[in-house]
Amino acid sequence: MQEIPGDLKFMKSHEWARVEDAGTVTCGISDHAQGLLGDLVYVELPSVGDTVKAGNACAVVESVKAASDVYAPVSGEIVAVNDALPDKPETINEDAYGDGWLFVIRPDNLAEEIEELLDPDAYAELIESEDD
Amino acid sequence: MRAPFPQAPPDMTQKTILNDSHRALGAKMVDFGGWDMPISYGSQIEEHHAVRRDAGMFDVSHMTVVDLHGARTREFLRRLLANSVDKLKVQGKALYSCMLDERGGVIDDLIVYYLADDFFRVVVNAATRDKDLAWIGRQAQPFAVRVVERPELAMIAVQGPNARSKVFDLLPPETRARAEKVGKFAVVEGAGPDGMPLFIARTGYTGEDGFEIVVPEAHAVALWNRLKDAGVAPCGLGARDTLRLEAGMNLYGQDMDESVTPWESNLGWTVALDAGRDFIGREALERQKADGGHRVMIGLVMDEKGVLRHGQRVATPAGDGEILSGSFSPTLGKSIAFARVPAAAAAPIEVDIRGRLVPVRAVKYPFVRDGAACEGV
Repeated sequence: MQEIPGDLKFMKSHEWARVEDAGTVTCGISDHAQGLLGDLVYVELPSVGDTVKAGNACAVVESVKAASDVYAPVSGEIVAVNDALPDKPETINEDAYGDGWLFVIRPDNLAEEIEELLDPDAYAELIESEDD
Repeated sequence: MRAPFPQAPPDMTQKTILNDSHRALGAKMVDFGGWDMPISYGSQIEEHHAVRRDAGMFDVSHMTVVDLHGARTREFLRRLLANSVDKLKVQGKALYSCMLDERGGVIDDLIVYYLADDFFRVVVNAATRDKDLAWIGRQAQPFAVRVVERPELAMIAVQGPNARSKVFDLLPPETRARAEKVGKFAVVEGAGPDGMPLFIARTGYTGEDGFEIVVPEAHAVALWNRLKDAGVAPCGLGARDTLRLEAGMNLYGQDMDESVTPWESNLGWTVALDAGRDFIGREALERQKADGGHRVMIGLVMDEKGVLRHGQRVATPAGDGEILSGSFSPTLGKSIAFARVPAAAAAPIEVDIRGRLVPVRAVKYPFVRDGAACEGV
């Protein structure tokens, strides 16, 4: 299991968000989530320019076993997507917090919505309790 | 995202004798028909490839072994099974068959082994155990056949192009000589490592050669470890599912159940309408065959990116159908599926994936045999 980087925030539904210096928010699914899903074989990304709302599905990841919606951690506009993923979805298995990022949001309401997310310790506690 | 595989509370699920072995190997465990089973040990795709290219093993001890004893056992099986047990002429031969209800619906699919004139063994699915035992027990009564479940037997499937040779190397000379000669869909019994009694059947659920080995629970862990030391890769039920789908093999509960007949499940090849044999469901099957127009099961390949999944709508010019088993095929690198569609469905065929209609091709299956893609897939 990969160590959780300290600069990430998490949804209970296993998405991560990183606030970049430019004020944008990079998003992906957690290492724990990729472990639950198993080998990823398909990724459906939003389009640049799409408007997304915090808590709403905006991408799909599919492993051999299951399809899963990915929810937007914050509201805003999609300003970048990881174009390398559709051809190499296994990147998410290999590096969920790095090269396996999914999309970048320019947030509308960051200050308020970021408070709704879990810090790494709280997220680690959550997945530990799920394993019991 | 939603966590896909919630685990059942531990006290609700049954465990095979190999449960600790799986956990020691770091397996991801899931609830599978009431059993706590390994879905994978690491990468499911790598486990799949291990079976296609070398040798892998599966704990299938959750499956139900039932022994049938009595002078009239063969007569009973003539009545119970849609396939003809009279195809079994030599002791040690095995047969795949459906067990139908009076309406021709599939109660289960199974393998029956002819061991002696008054002794046959059937292996049925785990999730259908209770209803199968009840049905078999009821039907057996008029034939005075004794039905004996064998829960103390474990089962390990060893599959792949190198599976047989890796098993041979574990066998003492006398058993080895007989095991090397056993043909496909046949079984030999003999001593294994340390004299453990083995039932070595050349059957499987992957499309590769290999054995399904029945072994008393007391020896199962030792056999598992011997196989592992011989380089046989532990594989989970996730890989088993993609392997059997590529091999064109049905999964009970997903591809067929009591609501459909073998004709609707591409299992017509397992139905023997031999003269004068009054098997359960025959009348209904003959009626449906004569009426025609029933739904059919077809194989689909999707060349676009994405994954076909159970329950998706299949749009055809003859009307809608649905995906039965659907998955990503690790050997082909794209998605494949079985679908049940209105009779004589012709192109174009499309599948509704989250509201988008994606074109697919109907193909003859198996999709993969002996490690390679089949023609037209």
